Amino acid sequence: MTESAQLAVLGLTAEEVEYARRFLRREPTEVEWAIMDAEWSEHCSYKSSKRLLRSLPTTGKNVLVGPGYDAGVIDIGGGFVASMHIESHNHPSAVDPYGGSATGIGGVLRDILSIGTRPIALVDVLRFGNITESAHSQWLFRNVVRGIADYGNCVGVPTVAGEVEFDESFERNCLVDVACLGVGRKKDLILAEAKESGDIIVIAGGSTGRDGIRGATFASRNLAKNADSERSSVQVPDPFMKKLLLDSILEALETGEIKGMKDLGGGGLSSALSEIASKGGTGIEIELRLLSLREPDITPAEMMISESQERMLLVLDEVKCKRTLKILRKYEVPYATIGKVTDDGLLTVKNGGEVVASLPAGFLAEAPLVDRREGTLPAKCGVAVEAHAPRDLSRTLLDMLSSINIGSRRWIYEQYDHEVGIRTVLKPGRADSAVLRLPNGKFMSVKADGNSRATGLDPYNGAAGCVAEACRNVVAVGAEPIAVIDHLQFGDPGDPAVYRDFAEAVRGIGDYCRGIGLPIVGGKVSFYNQDELTIKPIKPSPVALVAGLIESREHITGQNLKSDEDEILLIGKTRLELGGSEYYDRIRWGGPGKVPVADPETDRRTNLAILGLIKGGLARSVHDCSKGGLGVAIAEICIPARIGARIELKNAPREAMNAASLLFAETHGRFVVSVRPEAAKDARKLLDRAKVPNAWVGTTGGPTLVMSLGGKRLVRLDVEEIAKAWESGIPHALGEAA
Amino acid sequence: MNIGVIRFPGSNCDLDVVSALSATKCLAPKLVWHESPDIENFDAVVLPGGFSFGDYLRAGAIAARSPSIARIKRLAERGTPVLGICNGFQILVEAGLLPGSLLRNSGLKFVCRWVTVKVENTHTPLTRSLKMGQLLRLPIAHNEGRLFLPDEELASLRKQRRVVLRYVDDSGKLSASGNPNGSRESIAGICNEDGNVVGMMPHPERAADPIISPDGSTDGMAIFRSLATLSL
Repeated sequence: MTESAQLAVLGLTAEEVEYARRFLRREPTEVEWAIMDAEWSEHCSYKSSKRLLRSLPTTGKNVLVGPGYDAGVIDIGGGFVASMHIESHNHPSAVDPYGGSATGIGGVLRDILSIGTRPIALVDVLRFGNITESAHSQWLFRNVVRGIADYGNCVGVPTVAGEVEFDESFERNCLVDVACLGVGRKKDLILAEAKESGDIIVIAGGSTGRDGIRGATFASRNLAKNADSERSSVQVPDPFMKKLLLDSILEALETGEIKGMKDLGGGGLSSALSEIASKGGTGIEIELRLLSLREPDITPAEMMISESQERMLLVLDEVKCKRTLKILRKYEVPYATIGKVTDDGLLTVKNGGEVVASLPAGFLAEAPLVDRREGTLPAKCGVAVEAHAPRDLSRTLLDMLSSINIGSRRWIYEQYDHEVGIRTVLKPGRADSAVLRLPNGKFMSVKADGNSRATGLDPYNGAAGCVAEACRNVVAVGAEPIAVIDHLQFGDPGDPAVYRDFAEAVRGIGDYCRGIGLPIVGGKVSFYNQDELTIKPIKPSPVALVAGLIESREHITGQNLKSDEDEILLIGKTRLELGGSEYYDRIRWGGPGKVPVADPETDRRTNLAILGLIKGGLARSVHDCSKGGLGVAIAEICIPARIGARIELKNAPREAMNAASLLFAETHGRFVVSVRPEAAKDARKLLDRAKVPNAWVGTTGGPTLVMSLGGKRLVRLDVEEIAKAWESGIPHALGEAA
Repeated sequence: MNIGVIRFPGSNCDLDVVSALSATKCLAPKLVWHESPDIENFDAVVLPGGFSFGDYLRAGAIAARSPSIARIKRLAERGTPVLGICNGFQILVEAGLLPGSLLRNSGLKFVCRWVTVKVENTHTPLTRSLKMGQLLRLPIAHNEGRLFLPDEELASLRKQRRVVLRYVDDSGKLSASGNPNGSRESIAGICNEDGNVVGMMPHPERAADPIISPDGSTDGMAIFRSLATLSL
């Protein structure tokens, strides 16, 4: 093997090298090693996770395209479909937060586009170290948000929702996940398949350069100690080219000429070509000299694995492609026909006529799976132990509201154009999830959630809880959940303890989704997320994005109180579940705690009852209880309209616990609902009939929030003071005025 | 009235403007590629928001130097209404059709939020059916919206009554807290000497349908309706 060939196989294991030689019965070429290295990286091949992922429920009556393609697709009625996908750009963002986060959006937009749908919304899920204490984390945070803003705003796709958590375990390995939703017509759906031999392969968009070389491999191992030297593994963002690519492809879709489409993402040409050939049951032959290059001395191996951004692969009929190419020229989008579809099942790469690689597409697309050892679970992963209640609960509540993990996210979402496209009905900060109008007259709600602290303590229940919380947020605005996509982010899968957490999380998500009847239509796995200095893995961070449908405009419901003299109902039973809670973190409770357990059966009933209240016109506002528990949830609904409330919790359905635990437990399946006084009786009747525990807990009005338990006052705060604390969190941590 | 909504490479509010205009009686909007010679045949044109040519160099700078701008200048000279929204305003300023410069926001961040603006001129084709002093709720979304003019130019702009919109706080008063980007004298929109060329940072097309307004505002529609009254 030459020296450069040795370089290329760096990411392959000894077993994989052996397998390749045995399968091919010859020594692979340098280019072939590079192709296998990219395509068999964890990032592209899912070789450590595939076995477990197969256990997830992925089918449902409205699922048109499930996992394994660029995006999941759901039938939303009236001839329309919704598509969704999630990507992360964790390692690139850790070394180059601005470029890394921007190109993360670029990738997920192409996934939505390549299935033939128009991207209509972005959702970002972010994890950083403690920005109150760490200047490095502040730098990452500011630049990741700016990168998402500059890219998303420029391409004209609104960023409508998201989630962010701050925790020390992300200090040197931040997480940057971006999900995208698309809509399109069912008849225009295009799969990433090359089915007919003789069709031509066209690469449209940016030129191919050295940026992002071996990006998939970079994502598939731990960050090195000198991670700063890996900036060349980060791609260069060009949102303007992406915008032209988007507009031209959307226009070209109307010609009906595009037969197959795939974005060039992780693994570059290698991955895109082998996947469309293997899915289409064909082969592909290309000539590298035809590729439009950014730099002259790039080698054939580098061309095959470059992850230069803003490139799309189109499969077109050799003759019926004129209109598509004309549209590309109108937008001045460069393109090149680099090869054609064959029937020999091989990916053949030529360079100036000389064959430099010839590998079976199916062999490439099916990486040898890796057996990972699953460590045993610690004996006790959560005991219901209670901390002593602090004396001044008003102060504790204010402190929690001003926490960077709970306070207002305005600092982030105001930097995102969340309105472009004039579809955003419920905007960030107005409700539990974003609501977008759809071309078929319906509305879509979307929210992503995760809870790294809870998952760190109890991966099974923590992961299930992510889905439960995202479902509640979607239900709270009046939507029926229709599909889930997940993103599973963990440390090094070779570590049995990490792999056990991963396996537990997959089981938790799978069991919950099966129980509540929701299909998982796509997702992503990101391993090797660990702190480069301490060599500790990040807290396990599964993220679930749930999309829901709202049939009628009248059902769209916000979270904030509407007027004085409304009644407040608490729905769901509070349990002594404070493990991983914001409260235990704020009071620095070092003892154990039970992580909230989400029961799909209970949640299904509760969610249905909430939708019943909304559709029956009984609920004026709905807010779910999650981070910070009941106390924070009630404070939050007072803020937007500055309406106070008098709360008495003596009838709140609950297990035995002290007042602080009642206020701050993070039990799943709970909502706070405001209703008009005359509707309270009907609302409670509906809940009782559905066998959902509920209680009247108070009345709205006045400038203060007073919370009592059996006549004993727990909290008394001016709503203005509550709002000030809640709005201060992130700006103060960054040293800015709120 | 036939209105051309000009699409530059990188425009991203073009379809939104067409959709809002279509909902207005008597207005027939049409999306038109920036290189099209048809531009000169419209009764009015709108330069929508976005990031024309990626806003490389400076916001609006490249679009302002593209061949199509000569056609827009001829339209402007003939007195045809020309509205620039957000990036469209930036293009008009860069092209010299409107005075001043639009600089980076004083907060050094992109700002997407709903603001209140006050109508200060009702003699333009876009504000003629509004009332002096009327307050409008409209959203802004920009990184470079801080209008800067030297003192003398600012004074003459004022004297010629060419300030069309100013940012105010919720109570309708001029104040630092009501000014989202540090614009001089809280200016949100201006016009040329003849009043037929208007540029504004707020997005009226995003406040044209009550369902997407947080407080049900359709004040953006009032601006487009002014245009419709011209054709009566």
